[in-house]
Amino acid sequence: MAAPAALDLTRVFVADPAPEAWLVILPVVLCITMGAALAAIRKRIHLHAPLAIATLALLAIIDAALLYRVSTDGPMTMVMGRWLPPFGIAFTVDVLGALLALTAALVALAGAIFALSDIDTNRRRYGFYPFLLFLMAGVSGAFLTGDIFNLYVWFEVLLISSFGLIVLGGEREQIDGAMKYGLLNLVATTLFLIAVGYLYAIFGTLNMADIASKVGHQSSTLPLMTLAVLFFAAFGMKAAAFPVNFWLPASYHTPRITVSALFAGLLTKVGVYAMFRVLVMLMPGALETLAPLVGIVAILTMLAGSVGAIAQSDLRRTLGYWVIAGIGVMLSGLAIGGIQALAASVFYMMHSMVVMTALYFLVGLMAMRSGSFDLKSAGGLWKSSPLLSAIGLCLILSVAGLPPFSGFWPKAMLVGAALEKSHWWLAAAILTSGFLITFAGGRIFLLAFWRAASVEIKPARLPVMSVVALAVLTTASVAAGLWPEPLAVLAKSAAHGLYAPETYIRSVFTEPRP
Amino acid sequence: MNSLILRTLAPVITLLMIVFSVFVTLRGHNSPGGGFIGGLLAASGVALYALAFGVAAARRMLRLHPLTIAAIGLIVSALSGMASALYGVPYMTGLWFDIGIDLSTVMSFDIGVYLVVVGAFSSILLTLEETEDE
Repeated sequence: MAAPAALDLTRVFVADPAPEAWLVILPVVLCITMGAALAAIRKRIHLHAPLAIATLALLAIIDAALLYRVSTDGPMTMVMGRWLPPFGIAFTVDVLGALLALTAALVALAGAIFALSDIDTNRRRYGFYPFLLFLMAGVSGAFLTGDIFNLYVWFEVLLISSFGLIVLGGEREQIDGAMKYGLLNLVATTLFLIAVGYLYAIFGTLNMADIASKVGHQSSTLPLMTLAVLFFAAFGMKAAAFPVNFWLPASYHTPRITVSALFAGLLTKVGVYAMFRVLVMLMPGALETLAPLVGIVAILTMLAGSVGAIAQSDLRRTLGYWVIAGIGVMLSGLAIGGIQALAASVFYMMHSMVVMTALYFLVGLMAMRSGSFDLKSAGGLWKSSPLLSAIGLCLILSVAGLPPFSGFWPKAMLVGAALEKSHWWLAAAILTSGFLITFAGGRIFLLAFWRAASVEIKPARLPVMSVVALAVLTTASVAAGLWPEPLAVLAKSAAHGLYAPETYIRSVFTEPRP
Repeated sequence: MNSLILRTLAPVITLLMIVFSVFVTLRGHNSPGGGFIGGLLAASGVALYALAFGVAAARRMLRLHPLTIAAIGLIVSALSGMASALYGVPYMTGLWFDIGIDLSTVMSFDIGVYLVVVGAFSSILLTLEETEDE
């Protein structure tokens, strides 16, 4: 087949990328390659943990470098296969994506270290570490991609690997949890795929920058509301927002505690991120109309999460409801709108990734000490492990949003933004849910830490590395609480990137769009 | 399955299917075919072999564990994209090397896909047939 003679290659191919543009694609390639390598050496289980930890550390370094580049020089793009966007799949990274990818990498690194003692050899043989790396490939890909169908693909990657992680070990209860988790998430991704189909029918493109530039000047004639509602439903299901949140507490307490911790830290946040990216950046007009609905969903999610937590006596279930309450807080930023509120949501998202993971770690170690996850039989931890108690107090106060921990500042920013726009009902809901979480947390502290142990259990020695992983995450939360300025600035520039995507578009299309 | 006809023909058919799957994979660049359907063909060949001689024999024929094959394929695919880093072009850009025959990173990517599909689908099919035996 002869190519047409007069083909001007500059109109088909993009210019060659700068060497540092490789940072955009490296996180995903690294995770996939190393995950596959670990799966290939499945007989040498003892190599899995050190290799996975080294890979995740490298991933964190790459993400940090990426964040540095992006926050100084603006968004970066790499187009797969050199095809001109929107035909080539673009990976475009702005501050929001890089920030969340870095947080996710740090959380996963902590998880891999915590897993040293929590995941036994048998479960490692089933592929805990390869699945973890594939999960990180999915999460990084979702945060870094600039193409909405590609986003769907990364959702599938992380759905499949999380499915592998949740059935790890194959206990009866896990299969039950995996069924609920897998089925509902499949429905959500299918809904997402349908929405992507509509989007393509309307715009003829799936590149986010392309859509963002096209939405700008023809938004009134298009059925964007339908589309926005579809996306909101799909991502709301992923993120466990109110009417569709029941799969989360029904499944998150079944796998090993490390797996629960990683899920709580990473998965729902990807749903919220996708919601921000699509609704704020691509359909700002529709979001404006949709805001009251988002607000109601946010309030109900917050209340459902924080009230549900009080009713639980299984510590892991309590945490599951707290994850949901946190999602509600992030959604309220979306409902309020404006850079201030969205920045608060992004900040809260980072806080929630770190603190929810740490809380699951804490509960795992508490159970190691007292023998079960049941609050009824727990007790005496204040005496037997003061360090764990101190960490527990920090984390509970942090998740409740009390100063001086990392949960306080984003909530204060949110309440401030809500009152400024006279959304007093949202502000009231945030404060109420914070109060309810304090109540549930206080109950945990009272019963598990202060109450004298009812039965004498010979406490197990806590594994050092797991305590270190927990302590590092807690320190991060305390540090963010004491010195929130840099994070707030980054979050603000992330929110700014969503509201004013010109630099994002310019990074994909070097020439101005017609 | 204990059938003389199947046992006699299965090695031949399996061999044919695998040869054909390689052919389909390699012609995939400009004509119908490619790594995915090639891999499916080869995996069904493996499944047929397992039907005739048992799962253990099929696993011996593969030599490597199916998931190891899939993992190697994934590495091959991911790294064929990285080759473009050496030439300063974006990830997954097709690079062509003419040394008598045309070799390209597009082809090595497709071979990787082939291995992923062979490995993953053989793993699934063999596990299913295994539980059938018990």
